[in-house]
Amino acid sequence: MINQNTYECPECCSMFARWGHSGLAFCQLVGQAVILNMRALMMFPQMFRKQSRPEVAYQLFFTGIRSLPVLSVVALFNGMIFAIQTGIELQKYGQEVNVGGAVTVVMLREMGPFMTALIIAASVGASIGAQLGTMTVSEEISALEIMSIDPVRFLVMPRLVGLMVMMPLLTIYSNILSIAGGAIIAITQLGVELQAYLDNVVIYAGNKDLYTGLFKATVFGFIINMVACHQGLTTKGGAVGVGKATRSTVVVSFLVILVTGFIITKIFYG
Amino acid sequence: MINFKNVVKEFSGKPVLRGMNLNVAKGETISLVGTSGAGKSVTLKHMVRLLEATSGEILIDGENILDKDGPELARMREKFGYLFQGAALLQWMSVFENVALPLRENTKLSDKEIEEKVVSVLEKVDLLAAAEKLPANISGGMQKRAGLARAVVTEPLILLYDEPTSGLDPVTSRTIDQLIHDLQRDLGVTSVVVTHDMISALTISDRIAMLHQGRVSEVSTPKDFLKSENEVVRNFLDSQCISSKFFEEFPERTLS
Ligand SMILES: Nc1ncnc2c1ncn2[C@@H]1O[C@H](COP(=O)(O)OP(=O)(O)OP(=O)(O)O)[C@@H](O)[C@H]1O
Ligand SMILES: [Mg+2]
Repeated sequence: MINQNTYECPECCSMFARWGHSGLAFCQLVGQAVILNMRALMMFPQMFRKQSRPEVAYQLFFTGIRSLPVLSVVALFNGMIFAIQTGIELQKYGQEVNVGGAVTVVMLREMGPFMTALIIAASVGASIGAQLGTMTVSEEISALEIMSIDPVRFLVMPRLVGLMVMMPLLTIYSNILSIAGGAIIAITQLGVELQAYLDNVVIYAGNKDLYTGLFKATVFGFIINMVACHQGLTTKGGAVGVGKATRSTVVVSFLVILVTGFIITKIFYG
Repeated sequence: MINFKNVVKEFSGKPVLRGMNLNVAKGETISLVGTSGAGKSVTLKHMVRLLEATSGEILIDGENILDKDGPELARMREKFGYLFQGAALLQWMSVFENVALPLRENTKLSDKEIEEKVVSVLEKVDLLAAAEKLPANISGGMQKRAGLARAVVTEPLILLYDEPTSGLDPVTSRTIDQLIHDLQRDLGVTSVVVTHDMISALTISDRIAMLHQGRVSEVSTPKDFLKSENEVVRNFLDSQCISSKFFEEFPERTLS
């Protein structure tokens, strides 16, 4: 389905020529992955069709609900760790009441979407990469093509819906839990009143921070699906290939998330 | 029905098919045999354009499949049923849902009509009892039969089988042979069967094609195939201890 004629390095011995060729091959991969997911994005109106509804619902459930346990623990502890560290510093200046604001700003702007994206990439992304990879090497994707079932509509689109809808929601959820974690520390360790903590949170919580965070989360959802589906659908070479695809899904999406996160921050705050 | 004209296929400069010519007539069953790596699966994949030929023409009902794209390609693929070597069932769906899938996705039939069709096909391959099971929970032979059911449920004109009997016990292999034979007799489909199993090739085929080094080195009826002087064919037959008197020795092998 994805053009299998990958860019091939002609025989050459110059080091610079080889770099150039790998650069071109890389560009081709990125192009394929983006086109694949843009096609899936264009198919969003079809998600309400009778044939697609169950799969979309399942992906929403799989991405959203199934990720809640691990995300809850991580978000809560992340908030607590952050509150302890900032609390220690703020106490030096007698400013421990501002710990709520510090936790809120950091979570809304950066850590919330970022942390959620890493967890989802390592769990949902890896599982998508492995599943589509296995389907590719066991010829299930070819079977779909012969039955004239478009794998983009049948497999990629529902996963993209799941990730792009659930990432912002999960980010809001983990923000709330992190702030709650901060509250636990503020009350028990720093001697801040709950009401004072909450007031402080409300003062510092800005709309812009929330919206950029959620925008980032949506973009991260797109990235995770893009990397996972592309890696899965281009898998070659049996079980070893599936292992490689899963590994590069996680590694590549971590890197792309990091760099994209930086770029978005730079655009909105730089 | 299917014409290969001088088809060449190279993988990164390494030729696998080197000018293949093959004609499959309407309604016949043809077997492709040959050593491992001869390019049998590659040939089959070219017929539905899962692989792109480097050069040459592949005509399906007189239309070159290599020129087709998008909806036209989809329309041409509708003529085909394809049984993959590993059955290629979707693992998260039950046998029933797997067989119903092509009908659900590509036709406007009501749920009730779909159910009727699926049940009748599953009955034919003797899988009705396992209809609600997941593919992982049934045996290899049952998976092959489920794959067969999925391939025929859309009533295709051409059926392609990639090693339908490999990895199966001899008894199940013969039931699969009988199934292929019955489908051909009852529905009049054109079938292309890739196989290593000479017993199967001899009993179900109208003609047998021997692939060697990317070309068809011999095409003939099973009786002539047994008597062939071609060295490649003789080697292949001898290695499976098939004598040229196979049909006289085992008359009960003939399918009806
Ligand atoms: N996608 C591919 N990329 C590169 N080479 C391939 C590819 N598919 C097949 N080949 C090569 O083509 C040759 C023929 O493969 P093919 O699968 O058609 O063999 P076969 O005749 O079906 O053998 P077997 O009986 O073992 O299934 C092999 O040498 C294989 O290495
Ligand atoms: Mg093969």
